[in-house]
Amino acid sequence: MNDVELKALVEQVMERVLRGENAAGSAGNAERPWNMSGTPGNAERPWNATDSAGNPARPRNASDPAGNPAHPRNASGPAESTAQLPYTSAKKEGSEPDSGVCLDDITQINLRTQLLVKNPKDPEGYLAMKAKTPARLGIGKAGARYRTATMLRVRADHAAAQDAVFSDVSEEFIKKNGFVFVKTLCKDKDEYLTRPDLGRRFPGEELEVIRKTCGEHPKVLVIVGDGLSSSAIEANVEDMIPALCQGLQMYQITLPPILFIKYARVGAMDAVGEVTGADVICMLVGERPGLVTAESMSAYIAYQPRHGLPEAKRTVISNIHRGGTTAVEAGAHAAEVIRKILEKKASGVDLKTEAGGSQ
Amino acid sequence: MRESLLSVGIDLGTSTTQLIFSRLTLENIASGFSVPRVVITEKEIQYKSKIYFTPLLDENRIAFEQVREIVEQEYANAGIQKSQVDTGAVIITGETARKENAREVVGALGDFAGDFVVATAGPDLESVISGKGAGTDIYSKEHHLTAVNIDIGGGTSNLAVFCRGDTTEVGCLDIGGRLVKVDPASRRITYLAPKLQKLIALEGMDYQVGMETDEHRLKPLLRKMVEVLERSVGLRQDCPGYESMITSQGLQNPEKIQAISFSGGVAEAIYHPEKFREPFPFGDIGVLLGKEIRESPLFSKLPVIESAETIRATVVGAGSHTTKLSGSTITYTKDLFPMKNLPVLKMTREEEAEGELAKAVQRKLEWFSLEGETVLAAVALEGEKSPSFSRIQHYAKELVEGMKPLLDAGFPLVVVVEQDMGKVLGQSIAYLLEWKGEVVCLDGVRLSDGAYIDIGRPAAAGQVLPVVVKTLVFHG
Repeated sequence: MNDVELKALVEQVMERVLRGENAAGSAGNAERPWNMSGTPGNAERPWNATDSAGNPARPRNASDPAGNPAHPRNASGPAESTAQLPYTSAKKEGSEPDSGVCLDDITQINLRTQLLVKNPKDPEGYLAMKAKTPARLGIGKAGARYRTATMLRVRADHAAAQDAVFSDVSEEFIKKNGFVFVKTLCKDKDEYLTRPDLGRRFPGEELEVIRKTCGEHPKVLVIVGDGLSSSAIEANVEDMIPALCQGLQMYQITLPPILFIKYARVGAMDAVGEVTGADVICMLVGERPGLVTAESMSAYIAYQPRHGLPEAKRTVISNIHRGGTTAVEAGAHAAEVIRKILEKKASGVDLKTEAGGSQ
Repeated sequence: MRESLLSVGIDLGTSTTQLIFSRLTLENIASGFSVPRVVITEKEIQYKSKIYFTPLLDENRIAFEQVREIVEQEYANAGIQKSQVDTGAVIITGETARKENAREVVGALGDFAGDFVVATAGPDLESVISGKGAGTDIYSKEHHLTAVNIDIGGGTSNLAVFCRGDTTEVGCLDIGGRLVKVDPASRRITYLAPKLQKLIALEGMDYQVGMETDEHRLKPLLRKMVEVLERSVGLRQDCPGYESMITSQGLQNPEKIQAISFSGGVAEAIYHPEKFREPFPFGDIGVLLGKEIRESPLFSKLPVIESAETIRATVVGAGSHTTKLSGSTITYTKDLFPMKNLPVLKMTREEEAEGELAKAVQRKLEWFSLEGETVLAAVALEGEKSPSFSRIQHYAKELVEGMKPLLDAGFPLVVVVEQDMGKVLGQSIAYLLEWKGEVVCLDGVRLSDGAYIDIGRPAAAGQVLPVVVKTLVFHG
C-alpha cells in the first residue's frame, strides 16, 4: 500500500468513525474494533494522559505501512508481538515468520538503542538523540496508539515500579550486610503507604535498640530505610556504603553499626537524631519508582536532625542508580559532603549559603 | 554559581602570528539535588590582536625576541596582566612547527604568557582546533550532519571532520598559500616549497625560482593543488600527487561528508574574492589559490557553510576551545597544579582487565622512562559505566602496583578515567597508600596514546580541574 492509498483509507475510515459507523470491511480489513474501554487491564493505564478512550471504534491496521496481513490481533497478544521485540534500528520487518524465540524479560532491551519508527529518514541521527535521554522517543505508532512492543514495555516498567514499592528488602540482605533491623510504627505496607506520619516514628522498644546501636552523640550516623523502593536499596547500598565509609576514613570519621529501618519515611532520620543526638545523619532511602528506573536511591544528609526539622535543611544526593549517579561515586561524594556539613555545621539550603552559593 | 576563566590563545603560523583573549564561563548545571556538574557554558572572545607576519631570523629559525615583543605589546593593548590569565594555549602550526627552535619558542612563550598557558603542536591537533575555531563542530551538531572544515594557511591545509558535534577524523596536507612566493613588483617567483617542487616534477610542469609569472601561468599549478584538496574530501578519485602531499594522514571516510567550510588565511579569498583586486597582495599565491577553490567543485559540489572565523580560526580555537573541564566528582589530595606536559599512558580495554592492568602500566612506564629515569606520566583508562565497589578496589590495587616506580621517584599518582568514577577511584588509591602519597584522579576526560595532558588550578570552589589535552609533534 503506498502513501496515497494509505491516506485515502485513513480518511475513509475516520469519516465512518465520525459518523458513528463501524469501520469494518474497508480495504479488506477484518473487523477489529479497537475499543479501549473493552480491553482487559484498561483500568490501569496511568501513563497515557491524553488517551481518547471515548472513541467507539478504531481500525487497527489502517496505518500499518508494513502491510501486515490483517489477521486477528489482541491488545496483549504475545505470539506475534514477541517476534518484533528485539527489533532495533531500521531493521526490516513484516514478513518474517515467527521464529518461536521468546524474550524472557522485555525490560532487558535497552530502550536507548531501540528505534521503533518505521522507515526513519535518519536512523543514526535519531539513535544519537535517543542516546542522550531515557525518554521514550522514536517509539513509532500504530494508528493513534502505541505499538505493541511499547505497550508491553510500559506495562513491564510499571509493574517493576509497583513491585519495588510492594516488596520488602529481604532479611537475608539485611543480615548479609550486618545491618541492625528496626521498624517504624507502621504495622504493614498498606499502613506505611497510607500513613506517612507513622513512617517517621518508632515505638519505644525500637528507640531503645537505636540508642544501644548508635551510642550517645555519635558524630556521623549512616542509616538505611526501605522508603518507596526496596529494589533501590538492594541494588545500591552494597556499593555505596563501602565507598562512603572509605571516604569518611579519609577524614578520620568512623561509624557505629548501620541501622536498617523498615517502613521508613525520610523523616525517620529526625527521630533517630532526636534519640541519639547525632551531629550528622546520612540516610539512604529508596526513591518513589518511576518508569525510567525502579532502582533509584537518594541520600538525605542533615546536620543535627531533630523532630520538626524543615525540609530545606536536608542536603540531598538523588538519582543514585546504574543509569544516573553511580552508587560508588555517590558514596565517595557523600563522604565529602558530610565532612563539609560537619565543618560548616549546616546542611541543605544553609550549607549552600554558607559555602558561598556552591555546594 | 557562576565563575569565569580568562583564556589566551596564541597562534604562531607559517605566515601569521596572532593572539586572542577569551572568557570562559563556568556553571554548575546540575540541580541542587544531585551531584554537581560544572561545565563551560559560554565562550566569549574579548580581544583580538592585529595579524602579524611571523618573525623569522632566517629560513630555519623563529625570531623569539620579536614574537615575545608582539605578545607583550598585545597584552598591553588589551590591558591584561600575565597574572590575570587563568588558562590558554600557544599553538605552533604549519611550516613554523618545523623550524629548528620551534620547541623552545613555543615552550618559552607559554611560560611567558601565563602560569597555565600550555604549549601545543601537531597537525592533528591543529586540525581539530581550527575546525572548532571555525565553528564547524557546532554547525554539525545543530544541523545533525557530518561536516568538514579545511583550514588553509600558508604552509598546510588542515582537515577536521565533525559528526553531530564530535570530531571523527582529521587530516593534514601540504597545501598552502605561501608555498609559492612571488614578488609583487617584479612578479618573479622568489620561493618554491620543496614538497611543491616534487608535485611540479611529478606533473611535468615547469616552475622555477626567478621565473616571471602571472595569474594565467600559475593556473595549472593552482589547479593541481586544488585537485589534491578535492581528492582529500572525496570529490575525485584520480590524483597522482595526493599521497605525496599528505603531511600526517588523510581522511579515511570522506564519503560521509555532507557539508564543507573553509578557514585560514586563504579562506578570506574563497568567501570574499571581490575584496582582492591584485593577484599577489601578500607576495604569495594565497589569493589566487582561494579564487581557484571558489571556482572548483569544492565550492559547488558540497553545501558550503559560512565559517565563524576564517584567518583567526586557529587562534580562536587555541584560546576558546582547548581548555576543558574534568568531571565534577574527582579526587586530588593536594594542590600540585599546574602540572604541565604529562605524557599519557593509555591502557587498552584488554589491558584494563583484572590481572592485566598492573603489568601493562609497568610495561608502558618503562617505555617512557628516559635512560632508566622515571618521568612523571598520567595513566589513562576508559573505566566502567557502573562499576561495583570491589571492581574499583581491583583497579586501585593494580594501579598502585603498576605505578610503584612513580611513587618511588616521589611523584604523585596521576590517573585519568573517562567514565564517571574518578572520586571513588582516587579515594581508593589514597586509602591504599594509607593517605601518605599524593593522588590526582580525574574523570570525564578521554585521552589517547601519544597525547599529553596539562592540568590547571582547581576552579568552581575546587570541584573541577581545567585540563588541556594536546599533542607535541614538531616534525610532522
